Amino acid sequence: MTKELIQLRVNGETREVAVPPYKLLLDVLREDLGLTGSKRGCDDSSCGSCAVLADGVPILACVAIASCYQDAGITTVEGIAPPGELTPLQESYAAAGGSQCGFCSPGFLISIKALLERNPNPSDEEIRVALSSNLCRCTGYMQIYESVKRAMAHGAARVAAAPAPVGR
Amino acid sequence: MAPLSIIGKPLAMTDSPAKVTGFGKYADDLSVPGMLVGKILHSPHAHARIRSIQAAKALAMPEVKAVATGQDTRIPYGILPIGHDERALALDKVRYIGDNVAAVAATTEQAAERALDLLEVDYEVLPAWFDPLESMKAAAAWIHDEKPNNIEKEYHHEFGDLAKGFGEAAFVREERYFAGEVNHAAMEPHATLALWEPDGRLTVHSSTQVPYYLHRTIAEVCEMPMSRIRVIKPLVGGGFGGKSEVIPLEVIAPVLAVKAKRPVKITYTREEVFLAHRGRPITIVELKMGITREGKISAVAARVVQDGGAYCGYGPVTVLYSGALLGAIYDISNVRYDGFRVLTNKPACGAMRGHGTVNVRFAFESMLDALACDAGLDPAEVRRRNLLKAPCITVNGLRVTSYGLPECIEKVVERSGWAQKKGQLPKGRGIGVACSHYVSGAANPIIRSNMPHTTVNIKVDRDAAVTVYTGASEIGQGSDTMHVQIAAEILGIRPGRVHLVAADTELTPVDLGSYSSRVTFMAGNACLAAAQKIRDQIFAAVAKKFGCDAARLEARDDSIFAKDDPRLRIGFDDAVVLAIDFHGALVAQGSYTPPEESRGGKHKGAGVGPSPSYSYSAQVAEVSVDTETGQVTVERIVAAHDCGKALNPVTVDGQVIGSVYMGLGQAVQEEMVWENGRLMNPSLLEYRIPSTLETPLIESIIVESEDPEGPFGAKEAGEGSLAATIPAVANAIYDAVGVRLNTLPITPEKVLAALREKEKQERARNGAKGGAR
Repeated sequence: MTKELIQLRVNGETREVAVPPYKLLLDVLREDLGLTGSKRGCDDSSCGSCAVLADGVPILACVAIASCYQDAGITTVEGIAPPGELTPLQESYAAAGGSQCGFCSPGFLISIKALLERNPNPSDEEIRVALSSNLCRCTGYMQIYESVKRAMAHGAARVAAAPAPVGR
Repeated sequence: MAPLSIIGKPLAMTDSPAKVTGFGKYADDLSVPGMLVGKILHSPHAHARIRSIQAAKALAMPEVKAVATGQDTRIPYGILPIGHDERALALDKVRYIGDNVAAVAATTEQAAERALDLLEVDYEVLPAWFDPLESMKAAAAWIHDEKPNNIEKEYHHEFGDLAKGFGEAAFVREERYFAGEVNHAAMEPHATLALWEPDGRLTVHSSTQVPYYLHRTIAEVCEMPMSRIRVIKPLVGGGFGGKSEVIPLEVIAPVLAVKAKRPVKITYTREEVFLAHRGRPITIVELKMGITREGKISAVAARVVQDGGAYCGYGPVTVLYSGALLGAIYDISNVRYDGFRVLTNKPACGAMRGHGTVNVRFAFESMLDALACDAGLDPAEVRRRNLLKAPCITVNGLRVTSYGLPECIEKVVERSGWAQKKGQLPKGRGIGVACSHYVSGAANPIIRSNMPHTTVNIKVDRDAAVTVYTGASEIGQGSDTMHVQIAAEILGIRPGRVHLVAADTELTPVDLGSYSSRVTFMAGNACLAAAQKIRDQIFAAVAKKFGCDAARLEARDDSIFAKDDPRLRIGFDDAVVLAIDFHGALVAQGSYTPPEESRGGKHKGAGVGPSPSYSYSAQVAEVSVDTETGQVTVERIVAAHDCGKALNPVTVDGQVIGSVYMGLGQAVQEEMVWENGRLMNPSLLEYRIPSTLETPLIESIIVESEDPEGPFGAKEAGEGSLAATIPAVANAIYDAVGVRLNTLPITPEKVLAALREKEKQERARNGAKGGAR
């Protein structure tokens, strides 16, 4: 099948790849762009390990046609923090035991990032529901919740420490 | 001993930065220039003879660089020396739907798949066996000619006097329990990258828990010396036993690479993961148990049939664990066990977390709950009345050196509010207790030899970098971090200063692998021994400089100092330079071999079950049951686990909670569904592991019995808690609605059927009473 030249904006960089029209975003990320952080854990969009953000919205890259995302900004787990740095969420994820084997961690981190950006102070139930599209076989989820709560506490501390906005 | 500064403190896993950034590499993340994609043709028949395979059309495709069939994998193998009954690609027969028939290596995945379609296989279909009880009666068409009646192995053990034991019982029950088949469902599908080198050597990167066994097997099948093969374990995305045997793709990829003289990568689809399987078998447990009026277990007898699938795998070990650990958690004098491992035309079962103990524990702890009710005793109290007194040797020859079960029971009873809740919750809500235990590694190796079970080397060079070389496999359980903590504690340095090289057969000494919860106990002890030798060398040099006795020295906070004289202090880096001047480069080796006394009795099959140490767990589950729909909602599980000593409490909590989670899945929702040998739910959409929505609050309580032989007192934490979860849930359901569910998983249909049956019986009883009046 004829390949098509497409442009993707991934983690702030514009990348050009020639792909067949059916090629999935996950395969383009992993095979053409060398971004292997996003994982394939299933054949049927049930595990969430491939989750990435498209304009801030979590999507499953394993069922997204790459050429449909040329206008979106894609964020993968590699793009959550600048190279060599960890966000408070990543720090707390490591410290609280959110990762055991780590295979599902990229997908969870993407889902949590999306959750905390739209709701910086989710309830326990909101966290639970927001993470219900990601499967983890190691942790039983408790330490993942703990990671989220520690990241939230860090976010709250940062807000508290910030100077009051001018003009209020 | 000086207070510990690193052991026992929470520490983020050393590989977590790689995992939370996506930069860590799992086997399928690896690729090299010129790499081919391998794909496997699987059998559409459950049992068939292969008459011929025509590969000419596939080989004619320019993209196809190699085709392999059973002719290329003629050497049989298996994880047990007594079970070399499988080939990476079938030679004469296929034995299950999904068995491996042929493989191709092509330049693209699409081309490889097209090539599979062009392979022409002529089969002669044979009668197939799907039900283990039917299969055991087979008079002909056996799955393996040398296994009459399709029985892989049977074992019969009797300890004590069963007749006397049952004679002493005031209450005796006999029940049949059934557990469906479950899969590990590790999130990472298996993947193997095999690199053929121009000098004829092979380097294999594979998602394995057992690099050493893989190394041996590739050498056997490829008929190459082990010295020409290097096996490297990258990050592994969960194992739970599913990567603890050699899985066909791990042999097929090297075979294709040798044929094509090119690198070949094979990655399983999720469906192929289910077909490779090696999970927990369908198990039928016929159990008889008696207790005295005081609640003392006087005898237990079990007949266990396991549906092992088409190949031996770990099967004999599974069925032996079921017997060895059946009664050994408590003080029981009279135990009989009859275990059968049966072959059927389905994917082979194998080791899965809690190997062999889980389904018999479900039966045992469920029945003990029922017997406690018969005797009018509290089920937690009945367990207290049957405790061992460590140190001791169980009736079947298992040496128990530490035993935190009493404290586990106390802790869960207290935390769960047992006294206020048991039998007192509103109808539809209930609470249940159960216990379990597990080995901290097998005292006897799979392949009998005098070789240590594990060896750890440590090197310290002039730059004061401490490098630990271990063959142990990190699979998410914390193996790497455990080594770093132990070395750092002994040498008195920050964990960040310890560099770890692990699970690379060219660089690291042999370790038997990450299975049977052996790593912390065995590799931990080896690491401890190696680090102590390095410390001794450093202390000798420092003592000489200070003109003091080495016994006065302590290593802590990146320095070496005299405990009794703060003026005598030197930084670790300077101490290393001193020691190197004194000794030359610092290199030390530690190894671990289980003590003779831990290796068990002499009866047939006595080799499986003995361990240098055992972990213990007690759990309380609280459930609600919807009597209209039969839906069970597990509300909360409290688990107390005796891990000896929590080297890293974050990791121990994670292991305990993860075990409970996996037990919960098996208890109420997971099951591989078969129809004439075909797996009907080979995907994560249909084989439903619990998501956040089905997972209740799970609380872990760490109990530390400080084992006399464990490193810093530690023993296993990763498996022992799984088995208690299932009966705790089943017993809670009884407390909630008064029905006993003896069949796993406990689905709403089964609960509803049991509730209706109970109503029917109550009506009949009431009707009969009414009639008599």
